[in-house]
Amino acid sequence: MGKKIGVFVCHCGTNISATVDVEKVAEEAKKNNPGVAYTTTYKYMCSDPGQKLLRDKIKEEGLDGVVVAACSPKMHEHTFRNAAVKTGLNPYHVEISNLREQCSWVHPDKPTGTEKSIDLVRMMTEKTRKDRSLTPIKVPVTKRALVIGGGIAGIQAALDIADGGHEVIMVEREASIGGHMAQLSETFPTLDCSQCIMTPKMVELAQHDNIKLYTWSEIEAVDGYIGNFDVKIRKKARSVDLDLCTGCSSCWQVCPCKKIKSEFDMKLGNRTAIYIPFPQAIPSKPVIDRENCILFKDSRKKNIKPNDSKVCRKCIDACPIAPVKAIDYNQEDEIVEEKVGAIVVATGFKELDDTSMYGEYGGGKYKDVITGLQFERLASASGPTEGKIERPSDGKEPEIVVFIQCVGSRDPAKGCSYCSKTCCMYTAKHTMLYKHKVHDGHAFVFYIDIRCAGKDYEEFSQRAIEEEGATYLRGRVSRIYKKGDKLVVLGADTLTGSVVEIEADMVVLASAMKAQDDAEKFAQKLSIQYNKDKFFSEMHPKLKPVESSSAAILLAGTCQGPKDIPETVAQAGAAASKVLALLSADELEREPVVAKVDRLPPPVFSTCIGCFYCQRVCPYGAIEEEDIKARDGSVIKTVARVNEGLCQGCGLCAATCRSKSVELAGFNDEQVYAEINSVEFN
Amino acid sequence: MQIEERKKIGYYPGCAITMGSSSEEYGTSVLRVSEEIGPELEEIHDWNCCGASSAHATNHKLSTALSIRNISLAEQSGYKEILAPCPMCSQRLIISQKDVADDEELKKDVEDAIEMPCDGDVKIINYLELIKNYCMDEIAEKKKKAPKDLKIASYYGCLLLRPPKVLKFDDPENPTSMEEIVEATGATSVDWELKTNCCGGGFTLSRTDVVLKLTNDILECAADAGADAIAVACPMCHANLDMRQKKIGKEYKRKYDIPIVYISELIGLALDLGPISLGLNKHFIDTKSVVNAFA
Repeated sequence: MGKKIGVFVCHCGTNISATVDVEKVAEEAKKNNPGVAYTTTYKYMCSDPGQKLLRDKIKEEGLDGVVVAACSPKMHEHTFRNAAVKTGLNPYHVEISNLREQCSWVHPDKPTGTEKSIDLVRMMTEKTRKDRSLTPIKVPVTKRALVIGGGIAGIQAALDIADGGHEVIMVEREASIGGHMAQLSETFPTLDCSQCIMTPKMVELAQHDNIKLYTWSEIEAVDGYIGNFDVKIRKKARSVDLDLCTGCSSCWQVCPCKKIKSEFDMKLGNRTAIYIPFPQAIPSKPVIDRENCILFKDSRKKNIKPNDSKVCRKCIDACPIAPVKAIDYNQEDEIVEEKVGAIVVATGFKELDDTSMYGEYGGGKYKDVITGLQFERLASASGPTEGKIERPSDGKEPEIVVFIQCVGSRDPAKGCSYCSKTCCMYTAKHTMLYKHKVHDGHAFVFYIDIRCAGKDYEEFSQRAIEEEGATYLRGRVSRIYKKGDKLVVLGADTLTGSVVEIEADMVVLASAMKAQDDAEKFAQKLSIQYNKDKFFSEMHPKLKPVESSSAAILLAGTCQGPKDIPETVAQAGAAASKVLALLSADELEREPVVAKVDRLPPPVFSTCIGCFYCQRVCPYGAIEEEDIKARDGSVIKTVARVNEGLCQGCGLCAATCRSKSVELAGFNDEQVYAEINSVEFN
Repeated sequence: MQIEERKKIGYYPGCAITMGSSSEEYGTSVLRVSEEIGPELEEIHDWNCCGASSAHATNHKLSTALSIRNISLAEQSGYKEILAPCPMCSQRLIISQKDVADDEELKKDVEDAIEMPCDGDVKIINYLELIKNYCMDEIAEKKKKAPKDLKIASYYGCLLLRPPKVLKFDDPENPTSMEEIVEATGATSVDWELKTNCCGGGFTLSRTDVVLKLTNDILECAADAGADAIAVACPMCHANLDMRQKKIGKEYKRKYDIPIVYISELIGLALDLGPISLGLNKHFIDTKSVVNAFA
């Protein structure tokens, strides 16, 4: 069928026309090129009049193929394809020839750029000749969302989606929701009590009709694709029946193991073996720490079932629930399956708590050198010291506290290269919290910069210096060592050019905000991309901050990168809005640029030889195995099949296939070879 | 480790500890101890200055060539390892070896200057490494005297550990090799904070005031930690802590009487080798208390 192709060459203002003679390119496109029925140039093809020109010419000239020679397809392929749709032309007959990023922006010599552009346009016209109409793939949508992580990001996202009218399942791996925000004492810049502002949201979530909460649970597996995810959740054995337990607290009050280091208190305080992590925990029902509980230790040693151990039965005896107790030592992990249409990942961060690489700060051996979160627990009214600032070593009130910013952050040699964003603000906050409680105390802060870029943030840090009297010293600390019961801090004050020696009572290290220890494994489980620091990658840092690399998996909070609470809440709302958009349609459309393994009539069935190299290279797990069966049910051969829902059209399988059995729609062999063969090699 | 055959290690004394020099008791005790428990040390024939003092501060090529000449001499005599008990020398030798390995041009220039090839297949070790690698079992077997209640603070100084990426020896912030050797002799190690602090080193003549301050910090910290004596493995550290101790005391108004012993001398005492043969009579601060602890 003879093609009638239209070539539209864009000036792109002067972005292209400055280094490419666009008029000549348009002229040459028509020369010696049967099938090119119409050529023109325009200043801004992507503008409204530009698009109108495209639509009008398709209709007037009866074009059945279009080449727009302009910027990168990543910019406007959709724009021009949508314009074609309006005229009734199948959008997959519209191709972009990238004259900007691949030519005009990199070649300053006009004649050279023009020659190359002529070649590029010809290549695309040849490809367009071989274009076939493609129809978008429609997939159904399960109108439920999964939120992984119950910190402030997860909570906000879940509430927004649930308020939007859809069912939400939340999976949190700790015994209670709340995350790190629940550990903070007061939050900047308002000095609101963290738990006071958070617990209303936590309660709202727990009581929301649309939200199903799994705590003490983890994601076991995620299969499926946009609109159709199959999730397996592991409900870890809590040893407590959540339906029977009323949270009366009789059990943890009698537990004899009282000296287990509390994770919630960052090891500064103790908890029992059967415990709730903090008083405002939701659900307010305990969990048994099987690692440290003496009954479980006994059962493991003797190799008997937990309930057969008689070494301690205090908690179950104290439980008032009858006839069946709420405590069940023999409870086992349970796998549940849920189907959802979209996922929000809100798995949070981990504070750098292992400072062994900072030997100069004691490497973790000095009790009174603590981290930022540990200081939060000291200052918190529900903390191990009930809010009194006390030295962990001897309980004395510190008269001089030194705060060191950037410990682990901005340190490519020993730590992370990035800035953890929140520490300048929370250190200023710490100096204020300290002064509020220890009126005669003195706070020193060693900093490199003071980064307070948010709303009311600069004023907040100035308040710490001007009103609350914190002494800020610009310089690094080279050494901390013990002298008697003091900690000698040796640092520099670069603004006066002097060495500073402070005999402090306590040192707080503003340690880095890092990705969770299992972030890499988790990302691989979900097939989403992550960066070198194991933070999950957004699709575009400016314009797609909440979309992950996989369709319908959104990101919210610090798992995507260091940020503070206002940004986290905003990002969670954004992720929720994307989820609501996804779940608002009855069907979702997917781009049909997907791979397909050929199918032929018997006796060949497919040229695929079943080597499954394609399966090995597919980054999205989109290649499945299909048994070709004879009428009697016996398997003739096992060949590859592409799951259209998962395929992202990367083409790796097509490139890898040894028998040339896979082709990528929109980029099939015929099309690509047409492009290559059209290049004149001199 | 049982030494089946006497393995010979190239011995590089350097200017500070060679016979007749200011810190010769370090050299004396190292050789005396190796006679007793091995390994066999053989002085590198025709060794020259390593360039650690004035050469390294004025001419990089010269200091590299001076060091590499010693390594090449060792190579040609078939030694696989060089023991340089003085950390100024060991550090200079190791850094020169690395510089030449990283820089082809420098290697050529140096080989021209010294008129010898340099393949760099010799490992340079300091005295603590020597003892840890070859003598720990020997000390355990052959020690004759256990000191009663002798508390030793191990002082490393800077050149044994820094730069950590080049020397790759022990933990630069919290090293433990000397403490392990001290414990092997039967003395008790004290835990103290300033074991890797600088003593002022080479500024001992040009900025004695700075050296006095830095060494006072060290002596004060060791004394407050309850040390009876300080063990060192460096002649410069020894000079500053021992020779200047009386002056420091006067300057900072605190009477110190802390003997500064070389780790080799301590090992020698545990092996019941005569104190005079170990050079313990050559110190400024009387070492009587340490010698008597072993009696």
